[in-house]
Amino acid sequence: MSGSTLYDKIWDAHVVAERDDGMTLLYIDRHLLHEVTSPQAFDGLRAAARPPWRLGANLATPDHNVPTSPAERAAGVAGIADATSRLQVQTLDANCEDFGIEEFAINDPRQGIVHVVGPEQGATLPGMTIVCGDSHTSTHGAFAALAQGIGTSEVEHVLATQCLALRKSRNMRIFLDGALPAGVFSKDLALAVIGAVGTAGGTGHVIEFAGEAIRALSMEGRMTVCNLAVEAGARAGLVAVDDVTLNYVSGRPLAPSGAAWDAAQASWRGLRSDADAVFDKEARLDADSIAPQVTWGTSPEMVADIGATVPNPDDADGAVRANAVAAALQYMDLKAGQRLAGTPIDKVFIGSCTNARIEDLRVAAAIARGGRARAKTLVVPGSGLVKRQAEAEGLHEIFLAAGFEWREPGCSMCLGMNDDRLQAGERCASTSNRNFEGRQGHGGRTHLVSPATAAASALAGCLADPREQL
Amino acid sequence: MEAFVTHRGLAAPLDRANVDTDQIIPKQFLKAIGRTGFGDNLFDAWRYLDEGAIGKTPNERELNPNFVLNAPRYQGASVLLARDNFGCGSSREHAVWALMEHGFRCVVAPSFADIFLTNSFNNGLLPITLPGDMVDDLFARVAAGELWLTVDLRAQSIQADSGETWAFSIDGQLRQRLLRGLDDIGLTLAHADAIRAFERRRRAEAPWVFAT
Ligand code: SF4
Repeated sequence: MSGSTLYDKIWDAHVVAERDDGMTLLYIDRHLLHEVTSPQAFDGLRAAARPPWRLGANLATPDHNVPTSPAERAAGVAGIADATSRLQVQTLDANCEDFGIEEFAINDPRQGIVHVVGPEQGATLPGMTIVCGDSHTSTHGAFAALAQGIGTSEVEHVLATQCLALRKSRNMRIFLDGALPAGVFSKDLALAVIGAVGTAGGTGHVIEFAGEAIRALSMEGRMTVCNLAVEAGARAGLVAVDDVTLNYVSGRPLAPSGAAWDAAQASWRGLRSDADAVFDKEARLDADSIAPQVTWGTSPEMVADIGATVPNPDDADGAVRANAVAAALQYMDLKAGQRLAGTPIDKVFIGSCTNARIEDLRVAAAIARGGRARAKTLVVPGSGLVKRQAEAEGLHEIFLAAGFEWREPGCSMCLGMNDDRLQAGERCASTSNRNFEGRQGHGGRTHLVSPATAAASALAGCLADPREQL
Repeated sequence: MEAFVTHRGLAAPLDRANVDTDQIIPKQFLKAIGRTGFGDNLFDAWRYLDEGAIGKTPNERELNPNFVLNAPRYQGASVLLARDNFGCGSSREHAVWALMEHGFRCVVAPSFADIFLTNSFNNGLLPITLPGDMVDDLFARVAAGELWLTVDLRAQSIQADSGETWAFSIDGQLRQRLLRGLDDIGLTLAHADAIRAFERRRRAEAPWVFAT
C-alpha cells in the first residue's frame, strides 16, 4: 500500500463518524469568525435554541467593514460613519458577548484581518482543522493545518456541532523547484502557479505546495502562497512542517509551551507527505524562471510577466476563452499588444490577507525609501500588532515621507466594503487577491501584484518592474 | 432547508465562464445581517447601469438593457444555464440566497466552484453538473426559442417541453437530503456521542488544541 499524503494524515486524524447520508463528519479544532458571514449563523443558533458546542474553539474579530482612517477609528464602533457597516460590527460584538465567544474588538491592538490574526496569536497551529466563513481561510494551510473557507450555513453547523459534514477532496501537489530570483516574491510565485494551472486547476483538490522554492520561503511567504490556493480553485493549500514553521509558532500567545511544546513539536514533525504517497494530480514549476507578475484581466489566471504585453483575444484557446479575454480587456480598458509596464495607475493598495504582514511591509518600505508617490497609495497593515511592529521599525515614517498613507488595520480596499475603494474607471496596483470586476469598487480596475511591484508602481505612477528599483 | 423534488421553469442563459460570487452579489450588499433582501441586487453591476446601494429599490435604478437576464423573454426564469467554474471566488452564501430570492431554483453548468456547490445544497438550490456538450446544446436551444425545463431530482433528469431529456447525477445521499429538505445540523447532532468520544481522544493526543 502506498503512503499517506499530508492531507490524508490530517483528514484521518479528524474523522468523527460517517453520517447516514455518506458525508464524513470532520472535527474542527479552530473556528475563526468575522462580522460579514456570521450574523445569520448566530440567528440560526438562537432560532433552534442550540448552544455553541465548544466555546474555546472560536475566535472572532471584525475586519471587512472596519474603517481604516485613523480619525474614523479613534471613536471605535460608534465612530463608524456608515450605518450598515456599524450595525454589522455591533452585531458581531453583541453575538460574541451573548454567546461568550472571545473577540478582538475593533480597537483591540490584536484586531486585524482574521487570517493575519490567527497565525499571529498561535490560534493557528500545525495539524489543526481550521474553518472560517471566508474563502481565504486557505492561508492557514501554510502551517500544515487543514484550513478551508465555509458558507454561513456551515458556520452555524460548526458553531453547533464542532464538526463539518464533508466529502474528502482529491490530492494535488505542486512542486516549485529552484530559487526565486531577486525582486521576485512569493506573490509572484503564487500568481505564476495560478497562471499555469488556471482558476479551476485545483477544483475538487487540496493542493500541497512542495519543493525547494517553498522550503526557502518564510512563513509569511508560505501564507501568501496558500492564501492564493483558493484562486486556483482548491479549497485548501498545504505546506509540510519544518523548522521554519516551528520557529514561527514558538512563543505565540496561544501556542503550547514547556513540556507541552515538546510533545506538540514531536507530533507536528510528522506532518508531511510520505515519500511513497500518491497524488491524483501533480504539477511542477521552475521558480528560477519566474518574473514579477501582474494581472491584466478580471480573473487571477489572467496574469503575465511585468515585461510582457497584453494578450490578443484572437490567440485564445476556443471561443469561450476568447470572449472572456475580450470582455476582460474591455473592462480593464487595455489594448491587445500594449505593454503592461508603463500603464498609468491612479491608486496603489498595499494590504489584505495576502500581503499585509510585516515582511510585506518591509519589502514595500525598502522600495519606498527616499521616493515620492505619484499615485494615491494606501498602506494598510494586516493587524494592530503588525502595525505596532512596523512602527517600532520606523517603516511608517518611510511610507509617510514617500507620501503613502499609513492606515489602521482591516481588509480595506481588498474588497472596498468600507470607504477605501476605487471610483469607476480608476486603475489600481493592488497586493490583494482578486481582480474581479468591481471587486475594489464599482467600475474599478485591479492589477494584482506583489508588495514590491506595488511600491515600485506607486513611485513610478504606472505599473513598474521592482527589479529596476532594488 | 427547502426541499427540492421536481421543478418546471423557464431557462435563461448566462454565457460567461468563471462567474464569481462578487458578480452574483457585490460586496456592498453583504452588510445586511439577515438572510433576505439580496434578490434585487443579484448580478447588480451587470443588471443596472447605475451604482446600487443598500435600501435603493429596483424602481429607483436604471436597468441595463443589454444584460441578458433583463431581456423580456427571460423574465420569471428559474433555471439558470451557466458556464464553467460558476460561483468561484468568495465563500459568501449570500450568492445562493440572492439567486434563490430572485427566483432561481436550479443552475446548470459544466462545473461549479466547491464552496458554492456546498452552499447551494445547504439551501435547496439545485446545482446540476452536465458535460460541456450537453450544456452547449441547452445554450443553443435557449437561443433558438423559449425553453421550459422540468427538473426531476428523483429521476435525475431534465426534460424539455418538446420531450428531449438530459440525465444528470447527484450523489445518492445528498439527493435524499435535498428531496426531504433535511436539517443538516440535526443530522450531525444525531452523532453527538461520537463527537464527544472523539473530543476525549483528541484532547489526550493534542491537548494544545483545547487550551483555549
Ligand atoms: S483581506 Fe480581502 S480576501 Fe482577505 S479576508 Fe479581507 S476581504 Fe477577504
